[in-house]
Amino acid sequence: MIRIKCPFCGERDHSEFSYGGDATVEYPALDASVEEWNKAVYQRANPRGPHREYWHHLNGCRSWLIVERDTLTHEVGTAEFAHPGLTEALK
Amino acid sequence: MSGYRLDNGGLIDRSEPLSFIFDGKSYSGYEGDSLASALMANGVDIVGRGFKYHRPRGIMSASVEEGGAILTVGAGRFREPNVKAPTQPLYEGLIATGQNAWPSVQRDVGRINDVFKRFLAAGFYYKTFFGIRKGTKDWMIFESFIRKAAGMGRASREPDPDKYETAHASCDLLVVGSGPAGLATAKAAAEMGKDVILAEQDFALGGSYLSRAGGIGEAVAAINGLREAGVTILPRTCAFGLYDGCVAGMIEQVTDDPGLHGVRQRMWVVRPSEIVLATGALEQPLAFGNNDRPGVMQANAVRTYLNRYAVSPGKRAVVATTNDAGYETAHDLAMAGVPVTLLDARDMGPDAPEGVKVMRGMVPVRIKGSHKVEGVEIGMLDDEGYAKARDTLSCDLLAVSGGWTPVVHLTSHRGPKPVWNDDIHAFLAGPTNEPIRCVGAAAGVYDHDACIASGKAVAAGEAGPVPQAGAHPALPLYEIKSREKKFKRFVDPQHDVTADDIRLAEREGFVSIEHNKRYTTLGMATDQGKVGNVIGIAIMADASGRTIQETGTTTFRPPYSPISIGALAGRGTYMHFRPVRKTPLHDWNMRHGAVMTDAGLWKRPWYFPRDGETVDDAYIREMIAVRSTIGLCDVSSLGKIMVQGPDAGDFLNRVYVNGFAKLPIGKARYGVMLRDDGVVYDDGTVWRMSETDFLMTTTTANAAGVMAKLEEFLQTRWPDLRVQLTSVSDQWAGVAVAGPKCRDVLAAVTVDCDLSDEAFPFMGIREAKIAGADVWIARISFSGERAFEVYVRGGKAEAVMDALWDAAKPMGGELYGTEALGGLRIEKGHVAGSELDGRNSLQDMGLGGMASSKKAFIGKALTQREGMLADDRLQLVGVAPVDSDKRLRAGALLDSRADMVDHGLGFITAVTDSPELGHWIGLAMVRGGLAEWEGKELTSYDPVRDGNTAVRVMSPHFLDPKGERMYG
Repeated sequence: MIRIKCPFCGERDHSEFSYGGDATVEYPALDASVEEWNKAVYQRANPRGPHREYWHHLNGCRSWLIVERDTLTHEVGTAEFAHPGLTEALK
Repeated sequence: MSGYRLDNGGLIDRSEPLSFIFDGKSYSGYEGDSLASALMANGVDIVGRGFKYHRPRGIMSASVEEGGAILTVGAGRFREPNVKAPTQPLYEGLIATGQNAWPSVQRDVGRINDVFKRFLAAGFYYKTFFGIRKGTKDWMIFESFIRKAAGMGRASREPDPDKYETAHASCDLLVVGSGPAGLATAKAAAEMGKDVILAEQDFALGGSYLSRAGGIGEAVAAINGLREAGVTILPRTCAFGLYDGCVAGMIEQVTDDPGLHGVRQRMWVVRPSEIVLATGALEQPLAFGNNDRPGVMQANAVRTYLNRYAVSPGKRAVVATTNDAGYETAHDLAMAGVPVTLLDARDMGPDAPEGVKVMRGMVPVRIKGSHKVEGVEIGMLDDEGYAKARDTLSCDLLAVSGGWTPVVHLTSHRGPKPVWNDDIHAFLAGPTNEPIRCVGAAAGVYDHDACIASGKAVAAGEAGPVPQAGAHPALPLYEIKSREKKFKRFVDPQHDVTADDIRLAEREGFVSIEHNKRYTTLGMATDQGKVGNVIGIAIMADASGRTIQETGTTTFRPPYSPISIGALAGRGTYMHFRPVRKTPLHDWNMRHGAVMTDAGLWKRPWYFPRDGETVDDAYIREMIAVRSTIGLCDVSSLGKIMVQGPDAGDFLNRVYVNGFAKLPIGKARYGVMLRDDGVVYDDGTVWRMSETDFLMTTTTANAAGVMAKLEEFLQTRWPDLRVQLTSVSDQWAGVAVAGPKCRDVLAAVTVDCDLSDEAFPFMGIREAKIAGADVWIARISFSGERAFEVYVRGGKAEAVMDALWDAAKPMGGELYGTEALGGLRIEKGHVAGSELDGRNSLQDMGLGGMASSKKAFIGKALTQREGMLADDRLQLVGVAPVDSDKRLRAGALLDSRADMVDHGLGFITAVTDSPELGHWIGLAMVRGGLAEWEGKELTSYDPVRDGNTAVRVMSPHFLDPKGERMYG
């Protein structure tokens, strides 16, 4: 069972979280072209090894986190708030 | 009748006799006995029948690797099949039965299979019964008979009456196994101040201590030391799997007799910082003729029965060994007064123990005796590994040691493949980066003192033990081949896999060890590669001209030992598995005669029958009331989210296709949201209560999903927006007050609330008081009638509902449920979950006009893709039967052709009998939609119910398309 160190709640079982997809995708502006949106939504890498991905602490503090996970070994590294201002605000 | 109880010794309480029943016959044993030791002490030889050939089987081991004594324990609904008798502690009144035999294991008719054994080689059933008649389902018929003839015990068909629970634990160190290495590790770590949990699968602690002469006292002392050091000790707890993040799954057998309310098994989810595996090693058998006869046992198991249970498995013994372990067994047998001859396959070895005759360079060739061991033919190995019988020794017990294989299953669960070690001829755990280490025999260290030293070293953080061959290296011998083909040499007795089966599979091309396993069933099911794995790999390596390392091993997967599904479920069964969500008006609805239906986890009123009414009668009556007078409906299950903050309007503008930034205070608006890919996701209304406060409603089904999605947007995509979200779905109750008399009802229950069209127009919202409670009222309509929805804090819901019902009832009002609600929305052509199935665009739903051209929103870009705009997409239409007496069926397929082709042109999503129109109507998704089919006929195909019905395609807005009822 993957264990994730939520920066707000501490280390928790993955059953408290839901997977939220690739965190390296940069979503274009809402008024961007079909091509740009097509690239963001459909043209995804499927990396083998270290990866950054979103996890939602659904049954916890409900933070969206960026978690480092190795797709090959399931080794979980850092977890930080996806919201860029939150880490600072909680200091 | 070979086995017998010794006069003294053993970890049994001779003052506590226990009676038990095996195959209908009563026996007695002692507290501390296992079911296997008690059977053995009573001289029971045959306890089971082979999987395929139904050959008689006896007790082969003293632990979980048992391949012969696999029994059903308990009776009726408490029956548990495939229990390995050595792992089952004896208790008073235990009932056990043999498996895979009729009428009994003593006299089994299925034995006839052994006569035809040359036809029952690997893959026999597949080869014979598959494809007798190509393309038929014959296999399925044959399979049921085959399954009955071969196979394991039968589970009870009744619901499991036992109770289970889950426990969670964290610790610094988890030690698996309580042998010398495990106890030493746990004690050393605890003395260093670590929080230690120690798990032992056996019902007695001590592991190999208990097999040694004089070991019981040493074990007791070591365990007492552990208790003093503060270690948490869990006996009868099997660590069945290791998982990501250093998490172990374990099953504790709490008791065999839980009574009415007690827990039988407990699943532990343990999250240690480190794991030490002191899981020991399994003694390997040797493959030789008829090596499955009752009376052939693991040498080490014989020691366990002698020393732990004070039972001798035989009266005259032969020990066959390839390593030093056999000498200890021979010694202990001699000490118990059993005449014993030791065959050492090697030319050298330790000195002969006292009273033991040692024959060096000798191996067993074939067992004599048709139902149990009566003797063994012995011979010498030639250079090619063949042996010819040249002498016969009379005996009733043959103890075999073919070397050891460390239990590396748990490390393998984490991924690393076991690595072959040529010094000790065994697979050891592969390298891992995780904090999991092996000590003692699990690390290939078999000497008692070295095991203890290895545990202490690893606990202190020092290097693990290095396995060494010792003064008399073991001989890597797996099979004693014979040029005489007649006798079977079993590799996996549990599945009746023989050495010849493995060679046959190799000849037929199943060279990969994984393919070989599946073709021959070697080491599958409850065995999980415990007994025959290494021999099987060695024979395959030999047959295919590879080394054992090149041949590789199969993948070990959890569980290490079979576990009850009930234990995995724990308390999460029935209503505890799927919690029930009740609205604040649930009890009120029940008191007023509601029949409930499930909407996800929610209970919602389905309909409110009057005496004897069917659902069809009731919902038609309820629909008529809404259209003609007034109806009340509990809509509390709708998702409700407060969206607040200076940027809330901007935020809503981005997530809905239509505009919200300019929504006036005091007004509501219907909105639709898309996914990034342009597919319709959810719909609902948004009410603007102030400049910065909005209440969003969602569909019941998507309430949680929409909330998570909105949080994602605010935290990952638009962190600059100043918006706060709060789910208020459970805090607020909602009631739809729908029908021409809705204004009269509200007028009767509110004070100073102007309900005129001018003051309270369609889509207006306002605050009011009903029955003393603060409420929000919105003039919104799902039914298409003039209607309001009243929202109130959950605690006040019943009082408000009472007031509304007191006013509505005298006006001819009715309560209505989801069936009428659905019928009303179909008449109106409002889409719901059946249409919003995650595949459709706004245009497909006929809602293309809602999308704002002045702003961008989620999903807008990808709705412009060619495929999303194609004319031949499935689009929403209305359908009605051409013959107005016919009914429609949701799920029926639609096509224009006389015989439907493929999946036709579309399908009906929802239907209702319409009291307003006097016939059935339905909503449907049809390729090309109204543009292509309006006014034309299609055929509704419904072969399993009503057959074919001609339908006419029309606008889905069957009723009041201009909305005069809603607005007026």
